[in-house]
Amino acid sequence: MKSRVPVVLLACGSFNPITNMHLRLFEVARDHLHQTGMYQVIGGIISPVNDNYKKKDLAAAHHRVAMVRLALQMSNWIRVDTWECEQAQWMETVKVLRHHHHQLLRSLSPEEGLDQGTAVSPVPAAAPELKFLCGADLLKTFQTPNLWKDEHIQEIVEKFGLVCVGRAGHDPKEYIMGSPILRRYQHNIHLVREPVQNEISATYIRSALGQGQSVKYLLPDAVIAYIKNHNLYSRDSPGKGNGTRNSGAETGQGGPATAPLSSP
Amino acid sequence: MEDPEKTEVVLLACGSFNPITNMHLRLFELARDYMNGTGKYRVIKGIISPVGDAYKKKGLISAHHRVIMAELATKHSSWVEVDSWESLQKEWTETEKVLRHHQEKLEAGGCDRQQDSPVLERPGRKRKWAEQRPEVSQKKSLEPRTKGVPEVKLLCGADILESFGVPNLWKSEDIAKIVGDYGLVCVTRVGNDAQKFIYESDVLWKHRANIHLVNEWITNDISSTKIRRALRRGQSIRYLVPDLVGEYIEKHSLYSPESEERNVGVVLAPLQRNTADINSNPTA
Repeated sequence: MKSRVPVVLLACGSFNPITNMHLRLFEVARDHLHQTGMYQVIGGIISPVNDNYKKKDLAAAHHRVAMVRLALQMSNWIRVDTWECEQAQWMETVKVLRHHHHQLLRSLSPEEGLDQGTAVSPVPAAAPELKFLCGADLLKTFQTPNLWKDEHIQEIVEKFGLVCVGRAGHDPKEYIMGSPILRRYQHNIHLVREPVQNEISATYIRSALGQGQSVKYLLPDAVIAYIKNHNLYSRDSPGKGNGTRNSGAETGQGGPATAPLSSP
Repeated sequence: MEDPEKTEVVLLACGSFNPITNMHLRLFELARDYMNGTGKYRVIKGIISPVGDAYKKKGLISAHHRVIMAELATKHSSWVEVDSWESLQKEWTETEKVLRHHQEKLEAGGCDRQQDSPVLERPGRKRKWAEQRPEVSQKKSLEPRTKGVPEVKLLCGADILESFGVPNLWKSEDIAKIVGDYGLVCVTRVGNDAQKFIYESDVLWKHRANIHLVNEWITNDISSTKIRRALRRGQSIRYLVPDLVGEYIEKHSLYSPESEERNVGVVLAPLQRNTADINSNPTA
């Protein structure tokens, strides 16, 4: 019997703040890959974006990292990684993937041993893969002119692979068919249906907090407590933009790539 | 600080809670924000009242577990609690009676003595478990509301509102009492038909001032049915239900293809009762 390919899922984004929807992405992606029979998900990584991304209302990286850490307290397979947000500059997603892929191979090489606490044997028969985990909204942004370099898109889908979780209002198959690069590597794009529609957006969370409304049960309690203790996302938070609710699409922000996981 | 101008409100949610999910818990949060935001009300408590086993819904597991899961889910809530009175009744109890039970308790100055649950000890939180008196109030009509007593309102989703239209599911006099004597706080998805439904029903229209529609901006489709389905298929329910609930379900292997077959072929209690009433009293 062919052994399963070990996979680590990497999600990039603002995580501004992290929500239960972000956390669900990992769970449904893992279930999906396991049910193909071909993969064994051995870990998950959340990589919050660098402050120099300069997205509107982006809370400081050390807060966003702290919140992710709190959210992952009870998870035994997902962790937060600060490499990306510790860099001096914002960097393209493909570079973050390359970095983590390199780290993954290093950590699983015979000299280093395996310290993942997983069921996979220390020297897996198949080479481990790092896959980019995202929502269908991100797949759509590949179409936006000048947002992504074509060679980066190709590298992401060819060398790494995409695990893309559906969102209401998006048709990922259509995005794939509409792009020659994505079509060519569609075998490396796993489309995951999320049966429980769950449209928690970080934008809504920030807006609700700004208006003093409850966000309980939309994100982990520990994260809510942190937000309150540090006065993040309130109407009078430093650097806060205007507090009106964003009811739908977020306007496209400048910058070479978006972090659509945090978009509505 | 008490504001004498505001009406105090207790939100009561009835349902199977089979199992309780983050969506159920969100209903309370949204409803409280909304009612408090009107400036006319102050929500002082939320009550989850799981239905009794005698309801005979397909897939309904024992009330014992459903109550405990709801208690675990509200462990870290400062204002929402679980009440097991309904679940302990031998016969299925109409929602109007449950509302009446809770309203009468409030009228009677009904802050309970704190009781330790045999399963979960929680000093400082109200818990009602084994010591419930299983009687149903005999009063026929609600006495005039004592001034300053909090008002119990039924908290629900749009599906309950629309279920008022299902033949024999509700007694029409109960619907009238629920919206007339108590009031409804109904959380609905944007663009849903709740307003149309109210418009098309004379009794709902008459009491429309007592029906508060709360917009749910985030589509939140975490239904218990989907949770049970995911569990049967070995899929994760993490982040859809509180962690403690997920752990409890796993520990006790609560949901399976077998549990989903419970009550198959059995008529739902309200349908049974309301049809029997018609049959025994054809002029009603």
